[in-house]
Amino acid sequence: MVSSGAAAVASDTGAPADNFPSKLEIRNLTIRYGHTVALRGVNLAVREHEIFGIIGPANAGKTSLLKAINRMDVFTSGMKVDGEIRFNGRDTSRLSNVYALRSRIGVVFPLPVGLPMTVYDNVALSPRLRGIKSKADLDVIVQRCLTRAALWDEVKDRLHALGSLLSGGQQQRLTIARALSQEPDLLMLDEFSIAVDPVTTMRIEDVLKELRQEVTILLVTNLVQQARRLADRTAFFLNGECVEVGVTEDLFTGEVKDQRTRDYVEGRFG
Amino acid sequence: MATANPTMFQASDLNQHNERVQRRYQLLFGLMTLLLITPVLLILGTLVVKGGGAISWEFLLTAPTDGMRTGGVFPALLGTIWLVTVALLLSVPIGVFAAIYLSEYAGDNWFTRMINLAIINLAGVPSIVHALFGLGAFVLFFRFGTSILAASLTLAVMTMPVVIVATRESLQAVPQAFREACWNMGATRWQTIRRVVLPNSITGILTGVILEVSRTAGETAPIMFTGAVFFTPFLPQSVFDQTMALSLHLFVAATQVPGMAEEIPFGVALVLIALVLTMNSVSIAFRMWLRGKKKW
Ligand SMILES: Nc1ncnc2c1ncn2[C@@H]1O[C@H](COP(=O)(O)OP(=O)(O)OP(=O)(O)O)[C@@H](O)[C@H]1O
Ligand SMILES: [Mg+2]
Repeated sequence: MVSSGAAAVASDTGAPADNFPSKLEIRNLTIRYGHTVALRGVNLAVREHEIFGIIGPANAGKTSLLKAINRMDVFTSGMKVDGEIRFNGRDTSRLSNVYALRSRIGVVFPLPVGLPMTVYDNVALSPRLRGIKSKADLDVIVQRCLTRAALWDEVKDRLHALGSLLSGGQQQRLTIARALSQEPDLLMLDEFSIAVDPVTTMRIEDVLKELRQEVTILLVTNLVQQARRLADRTAFFLNGECVEVGVTEDLFTGEVKDQRTRDYVEGRFG
Repeated sequence: MATANPTMFQASDLNQHNERVQRRYQLLFGLMTLLLITPVLLILGTLVVKGGGAISWEFLLTAPTDGMRTGGVFPALLGTIWLVTVALLLSVPIGVFAAIYLSEYAGDNWFTRMINLAIINLAGVPSIVHALFGLGAFVLFFRFGTSILAASLTLAVMTMPVVIVATRESLQAVPQAFREACWNMGATRWQTIRRVVLPNSITGILTGVILEVSRTAGETAPIMFTGAVFFTPFLPQSVFDQTMALSLHLFVAATQVPGMAEEIPFGVALVLIALVLTMNSVSIAFRMWLRGKKKW
């Protein structure tokens, strides 16, 4: 529903059009680690129910952006965030309850983290943190999230085996299932397919396309083709700068404002 | 590279040299390990040979008689168990909670660094200094008198730093990525500690702590001025009583009593070592039991 409409407002980059309420608005965001500037004056807006891609080479500041959105900066010593991040219209730096914010944002980092508890407990953890205790309710959530993450068939007979003993690719899908169990408003994926085989990657990509109906997705990826396959709009980051934001197809068909974007997308870089 | 090189898997001179060097180091490390266990075996052997004859149910379960020249060690054995148990009950909760605070909550600033420095230094304070502190603080200032309570408090203060260090090491063995995954979902620090950190460090904490504290069974100086006596005809009824203790009893039997049969002090030492080994075995068995229940 968004993908067709997105083309109509291709021109805008910052503030979204009225008919597309923005889920996430980032204004003049600068992130520093001590004297290193990881992100410099970034502006962008992510609309509700779109898949927003972020591409860019290493050191571009992509992961730092995700950490700032999730307010994980408080756990990273030396990380300083300036500027404004609005999530559902609320300035996240002024929230008194960052736990509520984090619980509405699911994050999947590049390397899978299967927590050292059973597969079932991994997925039931977030619902339990929210206070859901009934076994029947938890069973439903666990099955639904594992199915969505394309893992249910592989683990349905070993739900009570340790999650950290699954294979790398399975653990990554477990991480995705765990993020989904938060019933998030926003799902942020950071190069999720690094540890996953191509077939599984495709299955997860299909899942993401379906999920767009319910959640907004921020997809950081090193694979530009993955952005092309999935993202409605894409931002190109380079050395801490947001070079360009545009409708994904435009970026890939050469309708770019900045030559560097074209070079990166076409693989002629550095 | 289609045809296999026939010499590909033959050992070159360099390979053989590396292999020889590697064997030499392995031998060196092995010898050092042997060197390490030799004194342990010698001590245990001497004790068993010289003191084994003294050991009997009667020795373990009766009080000393005839100025300690005959009879058993029961009051001292019981006293040591009292002292160590009360010290454990006092130092473990405080030490473990403090370590959780320092490792999971406190930021890295000059204040916590100073606390950590203090803990390390406290662990290096000689036990006789702790003894004098215990005498001044618990026996005299708090008016506990010479009692199990005062002696155990002294032992607790003495072991607190090692309890904290052992606990912190177990906590820090839990990968940071686990905590971050949990925080990312909106868990508070306490929820993360309860659901992820503690379940995966509790075995290490408990066994480390028991190993450290059981060593205090052998301490003599800290209890000598604060709660242990050479001889008392009474068994302790509460923590406010004085008590005999194995370590002090050994010191007395070995040096203070003329005409003592040689096998008595060796027997006392054997009982003391057996007590410590028993406590350690219990903690190791406990660890294996927990591991079996929850594999990681
Ligand atoms: N915890 C940290 N402490 C200090 N500097 C950091 C930290 N995390 C990131 N940086 C720095 O911030 C800059 C941006 O890093 P970031 O991880 O955001 O890049 P990225 O775009 O995600 O790269 P990649 O594609 O390799 O994941 C880098 O220069 C990095 O060295
Ligand atoms: Mg990154």
